[in-house]
Amino acid sequence: MSARVLVGVKRVIDYAVKIRVKPDHTGVVTDGVKHSMNPFCEIAVEEAVKLKEKKLVKEVVAVSCGPQQVQETIRTALAMGADRGIHVEVSGKDYETLGPLQVSKILAALAKKEQADLIILGKQAIDDDCNQTGQMTAALLDWPQGTFASEVNIEADKLKVVREVDGGLETIKIKLPAVVTADLRLNTPRYATLPNIMKAKKKKIANVKPADLGVDVSSRLEVLKVDEPPQRQGGVKVETVNDLVRKLKEAGRI
Amino acid sequence: MHALCIQTLGMAVGHGVRCLSQLAELPELHQMMRQTCRDYAQKELAPIAAQLDKDHKFPAKQVKELGAMGVMAVEVPESLGGAGMDYLAYCLAVEELSRGCASTGVIVSVNNSLYLGPILKFGTEEQKKQWITPFTTGERVGCFALSEPGNGSDAGAASTLAQQEGDEWVLSGTKAWITNCWDASATVVFATTDKSLKHKGISAFLVPMPHPGLSLGKKEDKLGIRASSTANIILEDCHIPLGNMLGERGMGFKIAMQTLDSGRLGIAAQALGIAQAALDCAADYAHKRTAFGAPIGKLQAIQFKLADMALAIESARLLTWRAAMLRDAKKPFTKEAAMAKLAASEAATFVSHQAIQVLGGMGYVTDMPAERHYRDARITEIYEGTSEIQRLVIANNILKEYQQ
Repeated sequence: MSARVLVGVKRVIDYAVKIRVKPDHTGVVTDGVKHSMNPFCEIAVEEAVKLKEKKLVKEVVAVSCGPQQVQETIRTALAMGADRGIHVEVSGKDYETLGPLQVSKILAALAKKEQADLIILGKQAIDDDCNQTGQMTAALLDWPQGTFASEVNIEADKLKVVREVDGGLETIKIKLPAVVTADLRLNTPRYATLPNIMKAKKKKIANVKPADLGVDVSSRLEVLKVDEPPQRQGGVKVETVNDLVRKLKEAGRI
Repeated sequence: MHALCIQTLGMAVGHGVRCLSQLAELPELHQMMRQTCRDYAQKELAPIAAQLDKDHKFPAKQVKELGAMGVMAVEVPESLGGAGMDYLAYCLAVEELSRGCASTGVIVSVNNSLYLGPILKFGTEEQKKQWITPFTTGERVGCFALSEPGNGSDAGAASTLAQQEGDEWVLSGTKAWITNCWDASATVVFATTDKSLKHKGISAFLVPMPHPGLSLGKKEDKLGIRASSTANIILEDCHIPLGNMLGERGMGFKIAMQTLDSGRLGIAAQALGIAQAALDCAADYAHKRTAFGAPIGKLQAIQFKLADMALAIESARLLTWRAAMLRDAKKPFTKEAAMAKLAASEAATFVSHQAIQVLGGMGYVTDMPAERHYRDARITEIYEGTSEIQRLVIANNILKEYQQ
């Protein structure tokens, strides 16, 4: 199988860190804060590497968009088993406003350039929770998509994807090339082994600029304000069901 | 700019040009491996450490997983099945794992430093293939049998005997306090081949386990590191092929001392991990526990303790890293290793003691891990060279430096 898989990996604030809003309310504090690979991106990388181990794909390419620091994230993907990396350089104000639309344009351009047969992404990033990049990328490429995947199987030139949806599980068959987004139960990402960390050192990471791909990263969105969620207020105990109904009516809830 | 810094440091470290003042950050390779060990320890070891301690249970599954990650044979070259990394990487690994579970830390350390170490350094190519490769995967672990009931610090007085009978060595005697022995598949044993030569008459041998003539004493009921087994190894008329001698005849004491020089860095790393876990526990508690109307972290008494604890750990850590880097650069490191082990083990006992103090009553009960860190820390001042021996080693080196 000559398939090449493109895996998108995003560098986000580590899931265990307590998020703090910047005093000027323009965003959250990222300086000096621990960052790691988005957990759903880890699952995406693991799935791609698994496909390679099953010899269903030939090459796994890890891609990340951002400043110099995202190279750490790409290297983690390499240590998990990806073959090479692509660092799309976006920094400063452009990075602050980088969102799913621009990233999906970049991924679509790279998919064409690298002649990828499959794109695997995390279903969403834990910082913006957009859940848009996979879907937009598929639309831009006019490729089918299997999102919220909890199981992926390659059958000849088709992909069988089991999707986690509100009603339960939905199984679809889509033609390759396609976009898949990984959900939580797709797999358990491996720990990078020491020999693989050593090997990752020798793997190549290519540098590319959005302009080289013909992509304009300027944003059409403007963040007006970032606030913490309202502090949770204590509840109120009531004596009877009638009291409860009355209080709910007073609060305009029913 | 940031990555360039790391790259430069990486090159500097790689070329053996090591200057501690440059080392504001570890090279990227070491950061990555530290992170993977930390992730593993926090997700797979920390949640089960208390139960392993209660059950005195060897973490066989975790040891296999660590083997698959390459952590059971960090310094062993890839050609023999190891990870092919340096000693600094190994010390980082042991510290992070010990932070999750101190017993697992010592199991990893003994296999790496005390068992694989001497064979890597003194073994023939044949011996390396036979005694190293199967012990890199986590399927098998090794142990190190030097101490005896009659001598610990006095290692030169080994009374275990090795007599040549035809094309075999016959070993007899008892070894004491052997870590890993109930779970091990091989041991490096030190026995006297020439009593008249005193400590120059000791040789090292490789013995598979189990083996006729080798039996194990009862498992010691220890204060801490209870998930690792410790017992006597009893040798009665134990026959092994001549080819099982490690190094040359009479080289045993030298092999033991050189092995312990490196081994004590592994223990220093273990002590750092225990100390760090205790500090994590105390600092977290200081934020959450309120008294006198505020979190206790606001009280100077607690702040001074936390500062002293952090200082002790950071100083010991830098000593450990420096000793490891000197060893990696093939420079003399005996004095620095002794300093590192002494500083780290005393830091572990100090920090875990103060952690209980910060937690108050909660530090005394098994609901919180502070009491386990206190029990685990204590052994680090004793094994692989007591604190007293470390002081002698340091003093001897100082006096040599100032020799008239």
